[in-house]
Amino acid sequence: MSVPGAWYLTVAALMFCIGAIGLLVRRNALIMFMCVELMLNAVNLTFVTFARMLDDIGGQVFVFFTLVVAAAEVVVGLALIVSIFRRRQGATADDVSLLRG
Amino acid sequence: MSAVRLAWLIPGLPLAGVVILFLGRRHLKEPLSGWIATLMMVGAFVSAVVVFSGLHSLDEEKRQVALRGVEWIKAAGFSVRFNLLVDPLSVTMALFVTGVGSLIHLYSIGYMHGQERFTRFFTYLNLFAFSMLVLVLAGNYLFLFLGWEGVGLCSYLLISFWFERPSAARAGKKAFVTNRVGDFGFMLAMFLIFSHLGTLDILSALSSAPHLSRGTATAVALLLYLAAAGKSAQGPLFVWLPDAMEGPTPVSALIHAATMVTAGVYLLVRSHPFLEHGPAAGDVVAWVGALTALVAATIALVNFDIKRVLAYSTISQLGYMFLAVGVGAYTAAIFHMVTHAFFKALLFLGAGSVMHGMEDEQDMRFMGGLKKYMPVTAVTFMIGWLAIAGIVPFAGFWSKDEILAATWVGGAGVSAHYFLWFIGAVTALLTAFYMTRQVRLVFFSDERWRGRLHHEPHESPRIMTIPLVVLAALSVVGGALNLPKNGLKNLTEWLHVAVPVKPLEVNSFGQGFLLSTIAVVLGGIGILVGIRIYDKGLRNGEDPVRVRLGGLGRVFDRGWYLDPAVSWFVDKPGRAVAETLAQPVDQGVIDGAVNGVAAVVTGVGARVRKIQTGYVRNYALTLLSGATVVLFVFLVRGSL
Repeated sequence: MSVPGAWYLTVAALMFCIGAIGLLVRRNALIMFMCVELMLNAVNLTFVTFARMLDDIGGQVFVFFTLVVAAAEVVVGLALIVSIFRRRQGATADDVSLLRG
Repeated sequence: MSAVRLAWLIPGLPLAGVVILFLGRRHLKEPLSGWIATLMMVGAFVSAVVVFSGLHSLDEEKRQVALRGVEWIKAAGFSVRFNLLVDPLSVTMALFVTGVGSLIHLYSIGYMHGQERFTRFFTYLNLFAFSMLVLVLAGNYLFLFLGWEGVGLCSYLLISFWFERPSAARAGKKAFVTNRVGDFGFMLAMFLIFSHLGTLDILSALSSAPHLSRGTATAVALLLYLAAAGKSAQGPLFVWLPDAMEGPTPVSALIHAATMVTAGVYLLVRSHPFLEHGPAAGDVVAWVGALTALVAATIALVNFDIKRVLAYSTISQLGYMFLAVGVGAYTAAIFHMVTHAFFKALLFLGAGSVMHGMEDEQDMRFMGGLKKYMPVTAVTFMIGWLAIAGIVPFAGFWSKDEILAATWVGGAGVSAHYFLWFIGAVTALLTAFYMTRQVRLVFFSDERWRGRLHHEPHESPRIMTIPLVVLAALSVVGGALNLPKNGLKNLTEWLHVAVPVKPLEVNSFGQGFLLSTIAVVLGGIGILVGIRIYDKGLRNGEDPVRVRLGGLGRVFDRGWYLDPAVSWFVDKPGRAVAETLAQPVDQGVIDGAVNGVAAVVTGVGARVRKIQTGYVRNYALTLLSGATVVLFVFLVRGSL
C-alpha cells in the first residue's frame, strides 16, 4: 500500500509556504537563506511526485537540474554572507539596503 | 573616344598644380611657382583642345559623353559618382576658361612681381581653375555644386588676398556671405530635383524634366536662378561684385569678369529644360537681367574707380546674358559669355596694366594722357572698348546684336519683350558712353597725375602685354565664332546637341539688318557723345556728366542706395525675424519641448524611485505576490 500523491503535494505546499513566510519575516540572512532552500526542496518534492503520478521521468530529471543550480547558489550565497559578516556586526538583511532609490 | 577621355586632365592638371605648389610652398619661390601654375593651365588648355577635336570628330548625336568616375556617395538607390559630362557646351566652357585662364596666369607672373605670398597666390589661382573646371565638366548636380562652392571659396580667398587691408578682408566676407544666399537656392533646387526625379545625374534629370508638373519645374528653375543670381551678381545680390575689386586685378579679370561670374549663366543654360517647362521663370530671369543691366550701367556712368567701372560693366553685361537666357536664346547667352570673357578680361588686364604703371592709382580723376606712356596698353584697351561698345567688326557687336534681336523676337513667350528690347538698347547706349568716358579719362585728356606720382607712368613688361595683345586679337575676331555657315550658325550648330532649342531667328534679313543697324547706331551715338563731353577730360576738376545729372547722378553714384537698402533689410526685418526665431521659437518652443521631456522623466523618476526600498524582503514579497497573481489567473481562466 502506497501513500497517495496528494499527500506528498500537500507536504510540499506546506514546506513552500513555511519557506516563503520565513523568507519574508526573518531578518537574519542565514535563516532567510535556509528558507530559500526549503522552498527549493518543496518544489523538488513536487517534481518527483508528479513524475511518479504521471509516470514521466522528466520530472526527476528536472530535480537534478534544481539540485545543481541550488548547489551553485549556495556557494555564491554563503560567500556573500561571509563577506557581509566580515564587514558588519551581524547578518541582518535590512542593514544591507544600498540599492534604496 | 580615347581623345575624349583626356577630359580628366582638364581639371586634373590644375589640381596637380595645387598639390605641387602646396607641398613645395617652402621651397618654390618667385617666379618658378608662377610658371608651374601657368604651365598647368596651358596643359589644361591643350587637353581641352584635344578633347574638343575628339568630340568634333564624333557623329553629332554621339557628342554627349558621360565619363564614369569613382563612386562618391551610395545609399539605398541614391548614388553620386564623380562623373564628367563631356558635350559641346561643357567643352566650349572648358576651352575659354582654360584659354583665358592661361593668359591671365601668364599676366599674373608680371603683375604679382615682388608681392609677398607669391606662391600662395598661384596656388589659389590653380585651385580656382580646378573648381571652375569641375563646375563646367561635372556630370552630376552634386559634383557641380562641389565646384560651385570651390569657386566661391577661391573667390573669397583671392578677394581678401591682401588681408592686411581691412577693406579687402571685409569685401571677401561680403562676397562669401552674399553667395551663401544663392547657394541655399541651389541646395533647395537639388532637393526638389531629387525628390521628384530620384536622381541628381544631370543628363537623366534633364531628360525627365518634362515629366515634372509645371509648378515644380518653375520652382526648380527659380531656385536655380537664385543660385545663379548670387554667383553672377544679379538683382539685389550684385552688391558684392563691386567690392570684390579689392582683390588683385588678375583675380578681377579671371574670376569676377571672365569665368566665375558666368557660372550662373552656364547653370541656367545647362538646366534649360526646367526653364522651358516652367516659362514663368523665364520672365523673371529676363526682367531681372534687363533691369540689372540698366541699373549697373547707370552706376558705371558716374564712378571714378577704374576697376569699379569695369565691375559695374560686368554686372551689366551679365544682365544681358540673363536677358538672353530668359527669352530662350541660350546660344546667344553662351556666345556673349565667350566674347565678354575676351574683351572684359582684356579691359581688366588693361586696367591692371595702367595701375601697375601708375603706382597702383585707381582713381580716374588722377589719370589722363596715358596713351603716350603706355601705347600697347592703350591700343589694346581701346580695342576692348570698341568691342564692348558693339562697334561692327568687333566681337561684342555680334553677340550683343544676337541677344537684342532674340529679345525683339521674344521667342519663349516672354511678355512685353519689346520693352525688354528697349531697356537692352538703352543699356547698349549707356555702355558705349561710360566706356568712352573711361577711355577718354584714362588715356586721353590732360595729365592730371602730374605732381602725384614719383615717376612717370611706364608701360608694363612684356609678360603682361603679350596676354593683352592675344586677348585684343580675340576681341577683334571672336565674333566670327557664330558667323553664319551654310545657313546655320557655327556656334549654334555646335551647341545644338547640348542645347537643342530652336534658335530665335529674326523673321527676315531686312528686320535683322535694321536691328543690327539700330544697335550700331546706338553704340556710335554713345561713343560720339562721350568723346564730345569728355574731349577735355574733367572740367575744372568736375565730371561734366555728374554735373549735368545733378541729383540723379548722386543716386547713381551711391549705387541706387542698394547697399544701404540691403543692409537695412538684413538689419531690420532680417534681425527681427532672427530674433523672433531665436527667442520665442527656439528658446520657447524647441528648447521648451526638449526641457519639458526631461522634466517629465525626472518627475516620474523621483516618484517611482520610492519603490526601490533596498530591503530584500520587499523584493521577495513583490515576486511572491506577482507569482501568486499569475497562478490565480491561471486557475480561474485556464490561460493568461
